[in-house]
Amino acid sequence: MTIMVNSTAIRPEREWNIGWTDVGPFVALIVLMLIGFLINPDFLSATNLGNVITRSAFIAIIAVGATFVISCGGLDLSVGSMAAFITGITILFMNRMAPDWGMMAIPAGMMVAIVVGLFCGLMNGLIVTIGRIEPFIATLGTMGIFRALITYMSDGGSIPIDRSLRDAYRPVYFGTFAGIPLPIIISVAVAAVASFILYKMKYGRKCAAVGANEDVARYSGISIIKTRTIAYTIQGACVAIAAICYVPRLGAATPTTGVLWELQVITAVVIGGTALRGGKGHVWGTVAGAVILELIANLMVLSDFVSEYLVAGVQGVIIIIAMLIQRFSK
Amino acid sequence: MSSVLSIEREGERVVAQKADPLRHSLLRAEGVSKQYGPVTVLSDVTLDILPGEIHAIIGENGAGKSTFMRLLSGYIEPTAGTLALNGEHVRFAKPEQAQDAGIALVHQEILLAEALTVAENLFLGRELMRNGVVDDRTMRRLATEKLAELGCLVSPNALVRNIALADRQLVQIARALLDDYRIVIFDEPTAVLTGEEVERLLAIILQLKEQGAAVLYISHRLDEVQRLADKVTVLRDGKKIGTYPGRTLSQMDMARLMVGRDLAALYPEKRTKAAGEAMLTVRDLSVPGFAKNISFQAHKSEILGFAGMIGAGRTELFEGIMGLRPATGTVELEGKPINIRSPRAVLDAGIGYLTEDRKGKGLLLHERLAPNLTLSALTRFHPGIFLRRSREQDALRTAVEQYDIRLKSFGVKAGQLSGGNQQKLLLAKVLLTTPSVVVIDEPTRGIDIANKAQIYAFIQSLVAEGKACIVISSEMQELIGICDRILVMREGRLRGEVSGDAMTEHNVALLAISDAAADGNVGGRK
Ligand SMILES: Nc1ncnc2c1ncn2[C@@H]1O[C@H](COP(=O)(O)OP(=O)(O)OP(=O)(O)O)[C@@H](O)[C@H]1O
Ligand SMILES: [Mg+2]
Repeated sequence: MTIMVNSTAIRPEREWNIGWTDVGPFVALIVLMLIGFLINPDFLSATNLGNVITRSAFIAIIAVGATFVISCGGLDLSVGSMAAFITGITILFMNRMAPDWGMMAIPAGMMVAIVVGLFCGLMNGLIVTIGRIEPFIATLGTMGIFRALITYMSDGGSIPIDRSLRDAYRPVYFGTFAGIPLPIIISVAVAAVASFILYKMKYGRKCAAVGANEDVARYSGISIIKTRTIAYTIQGACVAIAAICYVPRLGAATPTTGVLWELQVITAVVIGGTALRGGKGHVWGTVAGAVILELIANLMVLSDFVSEYLVAGVQGVIIIIAMLIQRFSK
Repeated sequence: MSSVLSIEREGERVVAQKADPLRHSLLRAEGVSKQYGPVTVLSDVTLDILPGEIHAIIGENGAGKSTFMRLLSGYIEPTAGTLALNGEHVRFAKPEQAQDAGIALVHQEILLAEALTVAENLFLGRELMRNGVVDDRTMRRLATEKLAELGCLVSPNALVRNIALADRQLVQIARALLDDYRIVIFDEPTAVLTGEEVERLLAIILQLKEQGAAVLYISHRLDEVQRLADKVTVLRDGKKIGTYPGRTLSQMDMARLMVGRDLAALYPEKRTKAAGEAMLTVRDLSVPGFAKNISFQAHKSEILGFAGMIGAGRTELFEGIMGLRPATGTVELEGKPINIRSPRAVLDAGIGYLTEDRKGKGLLLHERLAPNLTLSALTRFHPGIFLRRSREQDALRTAVEQYDIRLKSFGVKAGQLSGGNQQKLLLAKVLLTTPSVVVIDEPTRGIDIANKAQIYAFIQSLVAEGKACIVISSEMQELIGICDRILVMREGRLRGEVSGDAMTEHNVALLAISDAAADGNVGGRK
C-alpha cells in the first residue's frame, strides 16, 4: 500500500487526557473541605478528618468493587445485606472456633469472610450472566435473601463477637499504623489494587469494553459472561473486606447492619465519575465520592444551619447534581 | 491539473448564468469554518443551495463532508461564518430549529433508538396525536407506506434492534421523507444498500427534486453522483476546491479533484495464479431463521465473494460461523474442526470477521484508538496479564501508516474519526489477530475512491500471503472487480456460483433475484 504524506503532523496522544469527570470529584472534595473550614475551623483538624475518612471506609471499599460491576454494565443492590450476612457468618464462625483455636480464630474468620464474599459475588454474577436476569432484579432478589438470612441467624436480635476475641480484633477498626487509622490504609490498598486491575491489566480493558458496548466486546471475542461474573466476584470480595473492617466497630452483626449501603455505594460510584450505564470506571473518583458523602454528613452535624436528619436528602441532591454535571460536561 | 482548472472556470460560469432572481439561493453558507480545539476540520466554505437542484458533495475520507452537513442542519455550530436561509441570516443552535426551517439530515451513521419499534423511531419527537393521545394506528400505517416506497418490508412493529442494517438505514431515510422538507441532506445513504434499494432511493431523490426541494447528496459511489447531481462541490482537507456542473465531470475527473492527483486503476490486476488447497470448509451450516444448509469452501490465496440481496442471510451466515449467533453445522480450518459456539475459539483458530456495522458492533466510539485497535487481540498483544501500552502505541502508529488512517491527533476517540477512517481502523483491528481466513463484510463501506483502491490492493496482498479472503458486498461491481469466485445467496440458501468469464453483473443479479439462471449462465470453477 502506498503511504501518503500527511501535510500536517499528527499530534501525539497525551499520556493523561484529563477531563472534567476525572478531576470533578476531587475538586468537589476540596471545595467541601474549604466550606467546612469556613463553617467550623475544627473541621480540618487531623482528628476530625481522620474520623470522617475512617467512617467512609466501608462505603469506599464496597464502592470500589461496585466500580467494576457498574463499569461492565451491571448493578449490585445486594451489597448492604451481603455485608451484614458476611459479618454475621464471620462472627458466628469465630465465636464457635474461639474456645479451641484461641486467637487463631480471627484470621480464620477473615478467611471465611473472604470465601463467603467471593461465593456470594459469584452467585450474583452467575444469576445475572448465565441466568440472563436483569442485574437490578437479580440483586434485588439476593438482597432480600441475604437480609433474611442475617435476620434469621440473629433471630432478629444481634450476634455479638465473643468477649475473648473482642480486644484482639479491635485494632482492625480502631488501630492505627504510622498514625493513620487502619481502615484508611485498607481502603487505599483496596483502591490501589483495583486501579491496577482496571487500568494496567487486560481485564480492565475487557470490563470497560463490555460496559461501553456489549456487541463490540462480543465481536472482539471477549466473553461477556466471564467478564461480568468476575466483576461481581470482585464486588463480593470487596464486601467481605468491608465486613472484616466492620466487625469491631459495633462488635456485633444485626439485621440492620448495612441497611441502605447500596444506595450510598452507587452514589459514591456515580459522584466519582463512572457512568451508570457502563464504560470506563474511575476507582479513585469512587473513593473521593465515598469521602464526599461522609464529609457532607459530618458538615451537617458540625454546622447548625441544617438539621442532620436531612443528610440523606442532601446526599440525594448531590447524586442528582453529579449526574447533571456528567450529562452537560459531554 | 490544467484540465481541472478549466473545468473549474467553466463551472463557475455556468453557476453564474443560472443565478437569476427567481432561483435565488435557498440556503447559503458563507465562509463557514469549524474547529475542534486546535484542529481545523472545515475552513472558509461558501456554498449556495438552490431549490429543485441535486447538489452532490464529494471528497476524500475526512475531508469534512459530514461535518459540513451537520453544520447546515444544526447539529453543530460553525466557529466562524454564517448561514442564510432565503437571504436572511439564521443560526441553528439545535437540529430542531433547522428542521423547523425545513432542513432534514440523514446521518451517515445510523442513529436510531434500538429498543423502540420501527414506527416509533420514524415518528420520534413528532408523534401524531389524536384527541390528545398518540395515534399509533395512523403512525403505523404511514410508516408501512413510506417504507414500502423505499422497498423496505419490515413490520412497523418490529424492534429496530432486530432488523438488518440496511433496513435500519431505510428507516433512517424514511424519517427525512415523512415531512415536506425544503432541503434534504443525504450523507452516504447508499453505503449499506444493494442495487434495487439504491435504484428506488435514487428515484425518490429525483422525485424530491421535481417537487422543488433541494437535495444535498454525499456518496463515495461516484456513478450515483454522476447520474444524479446537477452540481458537484468538491471538498479537500476541509476546504472547498470548487463547484462544478454535474454532468460535465467524469468519474475520473471527480476522483482527481477529490484527491488532488491522478489515480491508478480502481481494481488491481487479477492474479492468474490458481487458488491453493482448501482453507476453510463449511458443511451444512444453518443459522435458524437466516441461513439453511450452506456448504462451501474457501481456498488458500483465493478471494471469494458473497453476493445477494438484503435479507439473503449473508451477514447472518458468517455471524453463525463466527460463533456470534446460534448455528449448527461444521466448520473446518485446514482440516481442523472449529468450535463455532465460542467467538473466542473461532478468532483464535484464525478466522477474522470485519462487521458491516462498525458503529454498533465494530468500534467503541467513546474509546481512544489504541484500545480499539487491540481489543480483539488482547491476549496476543499483551502476553501475561498486564497491558503493554508502549507496544500498543507502536501498533497504532504502524496501523495509521499501513492503512493510511487520516487523523489529526492520536488522542482522538474512535467516534471522532471520519467514517472512512473508522473503517480503516476496524480493518486494522481485525487483521491484528493475524487470521488466516479474513471475512470482510462490506469492505469499502463509506470509503472514498482512492482508499477503495488501497483496500482492494490490501485484500490482494492478504491473499498473496496465502490467506483466504471472503468478501461480502452489496456493491456488485466491487465483487466482480476483485473476486476470483462469487457465491450467490438468496433467502438464506446458496443459489449458485459464478467465476471466470461468467462473472458478470447480469449473471450475479439473476441468481440473486430468481432461479432462472440455474442453468447455463453459471460457470464452473476456473
Ligand atoms: N468531534 C470531533 N473532534 C475532533 N475531530 C473531529 C471531530 N469530528 C470530526 N473530526 C475530524 O474532522 C475531520 C472531518 O470529518 P468528517 O466526518 O466531516 O469527514 P467526511 O468528509 O465526512 O469523511 P468520510 O467520507 O470518511 O465520512 C476528520 O479528520 C475527523 O477526524
Ligand atoms: Mg462522513
